Amino acid sequence: MSTLEIKNLQVSVDTEAGAKEILKGVDLTIRSGETHAVMGPNGSGKSTLAYSIAGHPKYKITGGSVTLDGVDLLEMTVDERARAGLFLAMQYPVEVPGVSVSNFLRTAATALRGEAPKLRTWVGEVKDAMNALNMDPAFAERNVNEGFSGGEKKRHEIMQLELLKPKIAILDETDSGLDVDALRIVSEGVNRAKAANDLGVLLITHYTRILRYIKPDFVHVFAAGRVVEEGGPELAEKLEESGYAEYVTQ
Amino acid sequence: MQGLQTNYLTPTGREEAWRFTPLARMGGLHDGTVVRSGESSLFLRTGLTSGVTFAQVAPDAIAPFSQSDDAVVLHARSEVTAISHLSIDKGITLAEPIYLGRKSVAGEYSRIKISLGVNAHAKVILENSGSTILGEDLEMELGAGASLTFISLQEWSADTVYSARHHAILDRDASLESIVVTLGGSLVRILPTVEFRGEGASVSLNGVYFASAGQHQEHRLHVDHLVPRAKSRVNYKGALTGDKAHTVWIGDVFIRAAAEGTDTYELNRNLLLSDGARADSVPNLEIETGEIVGAGHASTTGRFDDEQLFYLMSRGIESDDARRLVVRGFFAEIIGHIGAEDIQERLMTHIDTELSRVGA
Repeated sequence: MSTLEIKNLQVSVDTEAGAKEILKGVDLTIRSGETHAVMGPNGSGKSTLAYSIAGHPKYKITGGSVTLDGVDLLEMTVDERARAGLFLAMQYPVEVPGVSVSNFLRTAATALRGEAPKLRTWVGEVKDAMNALNMDPAFAERNVNEGFSGGEKKRHEIMQLELLKPKIAILDETDSGLDVDALRIVSEGVNRAKAANDLGVLLITHYTRILRYIKPDFVHVFAAGRVVEEGGPELAEKLEESGYAEYVTQ
Repeated sequence: MQGLQTNYLTPTGREEAWRFTPLARMGGLHDGTVVRSGESSLFLRTGLTSGVTFAQVAPDAIAPFSQSDDAVVLHARSEVTAISHLSIDKGITLAEPIYLGRKSVAGEYSRIKISLGVNAHAKVILENSGSTILGEDLEMELGAGASLTFISLQEWSADTVYSARHHAILDRDASLESIVVTLGGSLVRILPTVEFRGEGASVSLNGVYFASAGQHQEHRLHVDHLVPRAKSRVNYKGALTGDKAHTVWIGDVFIRAAAEGTDTYELNRNLLLSDGARADSVPNLEIETGEIVGAGHASTTGRFDDEQLFYLMSRGIESDDARRLVVRGFFAEIIGHIGAEDIQERLMTHIDTELSRVGA
């Protein structure tokens, strides 16, 4: 049982006009097995929340705390956070020229497990993970995210989620740029990871359509850098009908 | 008279072609004062097959096919008494690469000629290693429809000085792929140059270099589009680490008035791994006709891409390992095209060793 606890998180970024406050006190608690949807309009700070928790250097924490099972994540380097059990599926996964997917995955698995996975079982693991996401085996020999289509990038992120077995996963707009079939395949991957590892999920999205495939236990509406309303799955249905207008004008 | 001419040619360091080169470290190659042993270092490592010859020939048996104003080339041409000539007959397709190696020779001017007949296809790998001071004039002549993959490896000892011109002349529809790998040596200065003499020819010029503290590595490319419909691609990538590591990349591309339908693009990327290193990168495109398919260049010099490091580290990979992956990947993109597993592994091992030595 793991708990990611975000308390009064305040984050700013440096701009040409000086520091700009993006998150203005965010409180969220995600436990193993729970799925929390964070929904909000563009520019509300959803991605900032995701990247701040993962430790992207662009974002400056100006207040509050983030702990995983009581341990301060904000004091850790990016890789230490991952080894503590955190995973971020990125909206825009980064190209790494010259580094093959198979080499990347094995290096990551070695880092996370503390020892190199046994080659024979590892090859099978990767193959199964790729099959489950309808990915061509040749994919493993391509360079990380280089020349991937939008859908391939997202499948690759979720393949990592399944292989690397984190405790808590943040999915940042995993649904963006996916057609209906790809959305279903990717969502099934998330659901498998939840079932297999009692994963806690923080699902960041603009649209409700992914929630048809990944059922949230809690929905949090995000606007102007803070959570402005919270509820169960019914809140997503309300957003489906009325949108974010009432929150933006607040 | 000879002496007077030599003095006249001796670079002072103020010339455009020499302004980045530390002449004091040239070992006398630029002014002819280098001490020569009189021996030739080049040898053929692989056996000859049918249609292939390797011989020492008198200079007047093979006139220089190209013009050059490079001081080192001119010294080599005025002093060398035998040219190493590798010749591949017309219509021959070689299944295996030809390997050329180096014997240990203290100081030398050298001339090499690689000739491919019409529709000949070959791969030549020149493995440069050892401790020497070597000035070299290397010419490649490709007949119509011929194709050559030319790989030159600079795995010299730490004290070596190597200054060379690798000049390719391409007839109609010929194609050249070159990969220059520069890792070793105190001072390495290579001029990969191309002269298109026939329409429809193409070149892909690739290079990687890794300069550590005190090394000077200079690559001056010159691609001359004299005729219509030729294509050139240039991709050189370098990494630098340590105090006074210095790399120079010059990419001169000329599109002459007659060269309609030219298609050219050149790229140089430099990765600075530490303070105190310096990368000069000067792309230069001169265009005398607008009737071309395309012409472009790009040059970037910088430190690690933070987004790449963040991505890798967010998967639990430690900072040092993430950097190593990025640098390996940076080089693997070109080294992976050499097509000889043992060489590729050897080069990547060298790069790994360099990286772990500097703790990058």
